[in-house]
Amino acid sequence: MSLYLSCDSLARAVGADAVASALASQDLQRTSSRGLYWLEPLLEVDTAQGRIGFGPLTASDVPSVLDALQGEPSSHPLALGLVEELPYLKSQQRLLFARAGITRPLSLDDYRAHGGFEGLTRAVTIGGDETATAVFDSGLRGRGGAAFPAGIKWRTVRATQATQKYIVCNADEGDSGTFADRMLMEGDPFLLIEGMAIAGITVGASYGYIYVRSEYPQAIATLNEALVIARTNGYLGANVGGSGLAFDMEVRVGAGAYICGEETALLDSLEGKRGIVRAKPPIPALKGLFGLPTLVHNVLTLASVPLILAKGAQFYRDYGMGRSLGTMPFQLAGNIRRGGLVERAFGLTLRELVEDYGGGTASGRPLKAAQVGGPLGAWVPPSQFDTPLDYEAFAGIGAMLGHGGVVVADDTLDMAHMARFAMQFCAEESCGKCTPCRIGSTRGVEVIDRLLAAPDQNGRDEQVILLKDLCDTLQYGSLCALGGMVSFPVASALKYFPADFGLQSSEADQ
Amino acid sequence: MPDEMLQLPMVNSVLERHKGSAGALLPILHEIQAGIGYIPDAAIPEIAHALNQSQAEIRGVISFYHDFRTAPPARHILRLCRAESCKSRGAEQLAAQLRERLQLDDHGSSADGSISLRPVYCLGACACSPALELDGQVHARLSAERLDALLDACREDV
Repeated sequence: MSLYLSCDSLARAVGADAVASALASQDLQRTSSRGLYWLEPLLEVDTAQGRIGFGPLTASDVPSVLDALQGEPSSHPLALGLVEELPYLKSQQRLLFARAGITRPLSLDDYRAHGGFEGLTRAVTIGGDETATAVFDSGLRGRGGAAFPAGIKWRTVRATQATQKYIVCNADEGDSGTFADRMLMEGDPFLLIEGMAIAGITVGASYGYIYVRSEYPQAIATLNEALVIARTNGYLGANVGGSGLAFDMEVRVGAGAYICGEETALLDSLEGKRGIVRAKPPIPALKGLFGLPTLVHNVLTLASVPLILAKGAQFYRDYGMGRSLGTMPFQLAGNIRRGGLVERAFGLTLRELVEDYGGGTASGRPLKAAQVGGPLGAWVPPSQFDTPLDYEAFAGIGAMLGHGGVVVADDTLDMAHMARFAMQFCAEESCGKCTPCRIGSTRGVEVIDRLLAAPDQNGRDEQVILLKDLCDTLQYGSLCALGGMVSFPVASALKYFPADFGLQSSEADQ
Repeated sequence: MPDEMLQLPMVNSVLERHKGSAGALLPILHEIQAGIGYIPDAAIPEIAHALNQSQAEIRGVISFYHDFRTAPPARHILRLCRAESCKSRGAEQLAAQLRERLQLDDHGSSADGSISLRPVYCLGACACSPALELDGQVHARLSAERLDALLDACREDV
């Protein structure tokens, strides 16, 4: 009887290793995580019908689970039945995370048995022009937050002549509420390697870097092991997948600077410098790493490519809505009953995500707001929860989808505190190159402090005007998205939750 | 503080290994810190010389990144996540509990060198907030009781 338990770092952070020790004498495989984190540690067991699950487990539950397995498994209080029939998982459209929870991260056999390297094989067969066209036609947009059409970048880098070009994977997933990159790197590292290899041979880049944040040590270790395995098996090196083309790569580790998630700061950091944002143009596709043409993409963007090649651009575009095509791994976090990864085609509503999947707040208290898209995303009040999760629809309500992270808050979270925190975080993490961000963020903290301390309405009015003006300056005057978007959490908190700032709603609206 | 000159052979072997690799300053600093526990002052002229950069440039990079230390660390490093997801699940109350119990501020280190507190902004454990990292190990679904138990374990170790 085969047993499966995740080796994902978050499963381990909630006790999976202790469960594994308690299971010591069993035939146990450590797989990636399903992303059903509220059920972790989740033990799965092979049966004739499929894998059945038990969770969330502690080590002390193990003897009773093993007893139940000898008799009637469903009698155990933590029995979940067939894992793939759980509505949370069954209703998802797992393309990118098709192998999540099923395969062992570093097993090349598992990867190949589940469609691995079909995309690379296809890319080698059809050649660079058709591969770039497939990426363009799929409608894939950058998953890091900016949602720029990937195919345009590929064509630009491919068309640019240079002695050396680079692929850079931005794995500096610093936004609170997001963990899809981490899950993918820890759980399915060959998928990212395959995507980067396809990108390399397509645009004519012979070297790549994965820039991973230092807060993800397990992702770093897993990727480094996977690189050795891929190289030994001919998926990297002088003749990638039999293409006759060379591509290799390495993992580089960040050092705790949030700004290095911004692509040009990341490039400076890779060059061994302080992570300072560069002015664009020139765009990295023309002058990127070491001044050479560089294709910079987020983990999920690159990892989407193998599937697009294997199944075809049309297959991918059939998911999604409007100009947001394909699937998005949304991440449910914060004060949420069922936190985890929900991969669905664009277009489901925030309400479906938070209420149907997430089950509302973990605390059981009323839902106050959800911050979508990381620390620079707007706080969305429940009245706007019927907005479809689509890049344009979210831009339409003054919010953004970003990297697909959703942080849910109940009525106890003080939005004035969160607005102040957003400014303070920006001040701490600003690279210092442009004035609005470097100085505006510090002034923002001070203005919010004065607003909260103002003794009367006149004083408050004055500070609200200043704060809005400052948000405007930051939004339109900053060099990059850090200063440019810190106004989103601040302005949305002020607009929808004026009472937290001690304001009547009319005062905040003026 | 140990005699920093004694650490130079380690520094130089790191530099030797990375010679000729483009943009290698961050990997160099990470390796030195992993080996010694921090970046010793005596290492800076060596790094600058090996990379043909000024000492100011090296110091500028070290001070820019939160991860790099220029003094030996405490025996235990506790990094409590203070980002949005964990805040929405009571991270600020846990931070207050830490300050109260250890009598340290958010960035403080105990006088006996047993523990350092550091805030961190996201450990990727957001689906099971709140979370912290203690000596490289992430603990999620924290409660006041679990935090106390982790601190007790640190104390026994001292």
